Amino acid sequence: MGYGEENHGEGGAVRRVVAKAVPWSRRRSPSEEKKMVLLMGNPNVGKSAVFSRLSGVHVIASNYPGTTVGYTEGYMKLGDEKVKVIDVPGAYTLEPTCKAEEVAVEMMTKGDLVINVVDATNLERNLYLTTQLIEAGVPVVVALNIWDETKHKGIAIDVRKLEEMLGIPVVPTVAVTGEGMARLVHRLGEARSVGTQRRTSSQRWAEVGRIVENVQLIRHRHHTVLDRLAEASIAPVSGMPIALGVLFGCFQLVRFLGEGLIEYVIDPLFNALYLPLMTRLSGLLGAEPVLHKILIGELIKGEIDWSQSMGALTTGLYVPFGMVLPYVFSFYLVLSLLEDFGYLPRLAVLFDTVMHRIGLHGYAIVPMLLGFGCNVPGILATRILESRRERFITATLISIGIPCAALQAMIFGLVGKRGVQWVVIVYLTLFVAWLSLGRILNLLVKGFSPALLMEIPPYRMVSLRLIAKKVSMRIRTFLYEAIPIVVFGVFVINILYIVKVFDVLASLSSPVVIHVLGLPKEAVVPIVLGFLRKDVALGFLSPLDLTPKQLVIGATVLAMFFPCIATFVVFIRELGWSSMLKAAGIMVIVSIGFGGLQNLILR
Amino acid sequence: MNGVVVLALSDLSSGQSGVVVDVVGGFGMRRRVEAMGIRPGKSVTKVSGMFMRGPVVVRVDNMEVAIGWGMARRIMVKVVR
Repeated sequence: MGYGEENHGEGGAVRRVVAKAVPWSRRRSPSEEKKMVLLMGNPNVGKSAVFSRLSGVHVIASNYPGTTVGYTEGYMKLGDEKVKVIDVPGAYTLEPTCKAEEVAVEMMTKGDLVINVVDATNLERNLYLTTQLIEAGVPVVVALNIWDETKHKGIAIDVRKLEEMLGIPVVPTVAVTGEGMARLVHRLGEARSVGTQRRTSSQRWAEVGRIVENVQLIRHRHHTVLDRLAEASIAPVSGMPIALGVLFGCFQLVRFLGEGLIEYVIDPLFNALYLPLMTRLSGLLGAEPVLHKILIGELIKGEIDWSQSMGALTTGLYVPFGMVLPYVFSFYLVLSLLEDFGYLPRLAVLFDTVMHRIGLHGYAIVPMLLGFGCNVPGILATRILESRRERFITATLISIGIPCAALQAMIFGLVGKRGVQWVVIVYLTLFVAWLSLGRILNLLVKGFSPALLMEIPPYRMVSLRLIAKKVSMRIRTFLYEAIPIVVFGVFVINILYIVKVFDVLASLSSPVVIHVLGLPKEAVVPIVLGFLRKDVALGFLSPLDLTPKQLVIGATVLAMFFPCIATFVVFIRELGWSSMLKAAGIMVIVSIGFGGLQNLILR
Repeated sequence: MNGVVVLALSDLSSGQSGVVVDVVGGFGMRRRVEAMGIRPGKSVTKVSGMFMRGPVVVRVDNMEVAIGWGMARRIMVKVVR
């Protein structure tokens, strides 16, 4: 991501060597740099909630150098000192079993103090990491999080005894509500390195077992409503209908929120505040046709049209802010709710069987779903996948088979006017293309996809505060990434347009468009323009007086063929030029193939 | 019939419990599975399995873990019946 300040300087390697078992005050001189507090723990233990409680407003999401593993950092007050807090990727063990754990281990050696966030309802597995941290010699404080749930689950933990047996401070916390956080901060000063002997994993498990036996008492637990819901949503018979219902509900909600935002917030703002400015600029630039074309674009019926003028300052800004941002916002909001409630892992399990057929495991469903909002965050989210092969397959399938929210709105609007059955045909074709291409890629792409193995956390009530923080961070990332790309993209495309590159492309591709796809000659330019904005390009097809069949073919080809410029750039950045070229070749072949097929089959 | 049988996790029926006796796999796989708290001696209960060789969901202690079918086939459990 690159815009975060990274503090992993050259000193890292040296420090890593001396880091062993030295208390934090001695590890580096106070003037050298800010002290670093690390939050470490298993996945799904509320680490981010603890982080959000400790850190201030200024939070940066970064990628660990050289990896796709992301982490967040912020600052907190410790006494009079401002120290850095880092939310380290979740890890089950310090003997790394995946990329995220490798990063966690490496970051641990650079920290001064570790807050080990432990799920109090899962003491045994969580304490394994705790014993490893203690062995590694870093000063550790344990935050015994999700403390409130122990009561519901009939678990009693003797905190004082646990503290005694571990030899480090243990503070019960409920990060979501903030309970115990002040005490946690207060006791950070007591952390010191205990430094025990290195043990083997079975010795460690034995030790953990002994501790758990001594400090934990489990009584009868009664099932809560959430437990029952959790069971129903993972059993195949009830799980699938629930999943389909949830997904359908989510899409409705996203569309409803997105459309509402556009109609009542964004459009009025653009028209009231920005339009007068642009109209004046347009008047000033009247004598400079080239500059006018690039910045303002074409005037439609003598006026600026936000979505069709195609100027860098008009359409170039309206597209990311006015058309994509509202959907991205509502999409992230809904997704964060699902995520924090704990639904996504269940979705991944339910879809694992399908995804396995295309060489992915269930978790790849998450980027795919994101792609329905906007392909850009979808492709960014492929970072959660472990292997390069999975990332390539997922990103390619997103660009081809997953229409973004803006394009879908156009498909419903334009194609839907001719009858619902035509919309169904478009979606069906996309799905068949997605599935068959996935199967082919699974056979062709080398490399391996690790098997599914993941924890399914219980359903938990979501905290709106955390959701707000998460959504705002994601939106910020989106703005940083997407806006420069789209504005710059429109700028470049306009220049290409002026120097007639598009005319050349159009005349080169017209035989295919006319003979294979059965579309009229006038459809060539809009389809080539689809590179810029697929939804707008589809809009250009509407005045051409196409038959429903031609419209279906046009919409399908536009959806599958080249990704829009923003997706294109993100694809290159995430997977590199050669992968992008391969994917682009696949896209051209697949879109012409399926478009041609439709031309043959439909009537 | 009473007796102890050793089955693969994937062959348990939903709701059935057993004690893990062995994880048949390379070092890497054993470590991944162990880190999730599934190791010899632990008692596990199968929560559900998906159709068509889908992942198997088991309960260990207080948590649920989804295990890909290929992996679940290589986790052996002792079942009393």
